[in-house]
Amino acid sequence: MSIEIRNITKRFGNFVALDNVSLDIPTGELVALLGPSGCGKTTLLRIIAGMEGVDEGQILFAGEPTTHVHTRERKVGFVFQHYALFRHMSVFENVAFGLRVKPRNERPGEAQIRKRVMDMLKLVQLDWLAERYPSQLSGGQRQRIALARALAVEPKVLLLDEPFGALDTQVRKELRRWLRRLHDEMHIASVFVTHDQEEALEVADRVVVMNKGHVEQVGTPDEVYTAPASPFVYRFLGNVNVFHTRLRGAWAEVDRAENTETAASRSDTLAFVRPHDIEILRNAADHALSGRVLHIQAIGPLVRVEVEHQHEIFEIELTRERHAELAIASGDTVWLRPRNVRVFQGNSLLDDQTFDLGGGI
Amino acid sequence: MNRSSPHRVLPGFGLSLGYALVYLSLLVLIPLGGLIARSMSLSWADFWHIATSDRALAAYRITFGCSLLAALINAVFGLIVAWVLVRYDFFGKRFIDAAVDLPFALPTAVAGITLTTLYANTGWIGSWLEGALGFKVAFTPAGIVVALIFIGIPFVVRTVQPVIEDIESEVEEAAATLGATRLQTFVRVLFPALFPALLTGFTLAFSRAVGEYGSVVFIAGNMPMVSEITPLLIIGKLEQYDVAGATVLAVVMLVISFVLLLAINTLQWWAANRHIANRDEAAEPLVGEAA
Repeated sequence: MSIEIRNITKRFGNFVALDNVSLDIPTGELVALLGPSGCGKTTLLRIIAGMEGVDEGQILFAGEPTTHVHTRERKVGFVFQHYALFRHMSVFENVAFGLRVKPRNERPGEAQIRKRVMDMLKLVQLDWLAERYPSQLSGGQRQRIALARALAVEPKVLLLDEPFGALDTQVRKELRRWLRRLHDEMHIASVFVTHDQEEALEVADRVVVMNKGHVEQVGTPDEVYTAPASPFVYRFLGNVNVFHTRLRGAWAEVDRAENTETAASRSDTLAFVRPHDIEILRNAADHALSGRVLHIQAIGPLVRVEVEHQHEIFEIELTRERHAELAIASGDTVWLRPRNVRVFQGNSLLDDQTFDLGGGI
Repeated sequence: MNRSSPHRVLPGFGLSLGYALVYLSLLVLIPLGGLIARSMSLSWADFWHIATSDRALAAYRITFGCSLLAALINAVFGLIVAWVLVRYDFFGKRFIDAAVDLPFALPTAVAGITLTTLYANTGWIGSWLEGALGFKVAFTPAGIVVALIFIGIPFVVRTVQPVIEDIESEVEEAAATLGATRLQTFVRVLFPALFPALLTGFTLAFSRAVGEYGSVVFIAGNMPMVSEITPLLIIGKLEQYDVAGATVLAVVMLVISFVLLLAINTLQWWAANRHIANRDEAAEPLVGEAA
């Protein structure tokens, strides 16, 4: 079932949690709401679930106005960060809960409930824990039970609020992969909230990057990573180097320290380059910026080099092979040449601006 | 408790157990033992005669009946008070929260006199109840129940309150997303979680009510066979220097109370442990993910 969110505004007292947010979530997509804490992502999820009212705007489920429909009639599955399992019920009864509270004429028989619950438990590979109680399970197991409980009532939408936030890295990775698989089998719209960019990029079909109650960008993981729509998205998703630049005709020129007297021109124009999009050269070259190598650190398959230019530090990532070829060491002077640059003035992208790192040396 | 382990995380088991036993003996077991010993100075026939006299039987009925009724009413309304105090924010909440403890602190005689004044047929509430509904409260068993409700309510509120605070509102939201109505959420999710604490509060309110004397004597009217409680009967015997007779009634009270409390505690233990059955299995680490 598709979800349409139209011009939603939500305030808590004076705090505007969501400011005129619109979003379309088509059936079958796994969408990540990504942003720092306080950006409104959880509020948006809770509004979709009907646990929170809206001040302005509309929500449509499959084209039907749903804004004022009660949570229990929305047929959403909701998974909480801290599981929210029923402590006094066994795992089996937790999963069966949604079936047992159905109105009498819709309620399946005991045998059907048993079958459905065991199917769900098999789906999350925990059928051997049916008689246990939540307090006897690990965090990862509890979250899988919470998921089985949500799926048992065949929701049309699955909503997950930081589902793996409370788990350790190893378990988190496994559950992510597993959520992806589960989603693909279920053919429902799924929305999950996370502040972990890696999680969002790895699992989701589409990523919605949010900041301060606004949607900054909606796109595939590749789009938001390689073509961020705003400086915020650039900074939030992965590491990035920021160059202060001046506009000179069609060129954005790096604002080098000697130019700072002309302060008026030190504008809010910024150029963003990912660490792996900067090339290191041993010799002076056109459109390259000179700097001194401060620090070299090998992290897994990559080598991270910090280069200082006029008291600003830039981060460059090289492959191990490239690093071996260059044979650089701390203290060396090198030249930097970016491959892929995006220039922003304020929040708007300057598409046709060519970037120039200046003469260097 | 695993006694065979050479190292305890918390040391001092021997010392603290010894202290607990001495303390309990001096304050509880020895006085109660003395009580029973004293009642044994009578012959069995005399004992039985005093214990089952009509007046005594009526007093037991009044005492335990009124206490039970008061504790039940407290369990229902104390739960509501605790719920409101935890879940809602309103003007004067702190004031009400503090007021809940007043029955603990107020001298019971003061409570008794105040309630009598209010509920007598000349009092604010009493005159209205009698005029409009023809219902007499003061100087009847109903008055006893009112007094016992008053002294018992903090026990329920204070035992249930922390447990309600402990139930995340997420649990209710989870139930709602699964399609449960408010009533289903309460009956199936909230009440079972609250039940052990509610039972504790009920037990405390009940046992306090069984032993209550000060506030009841003013409002009860103390008519033998109708509104006379056992503690008053005991005091009456003591005033006539019938110490042995008083201890007989005391022993009967003691036995009935003990049996009732034991039964309730067993029920409570069962309710609290139901969801952590197979504790031993839980002890083994389940951290390893199976998938």
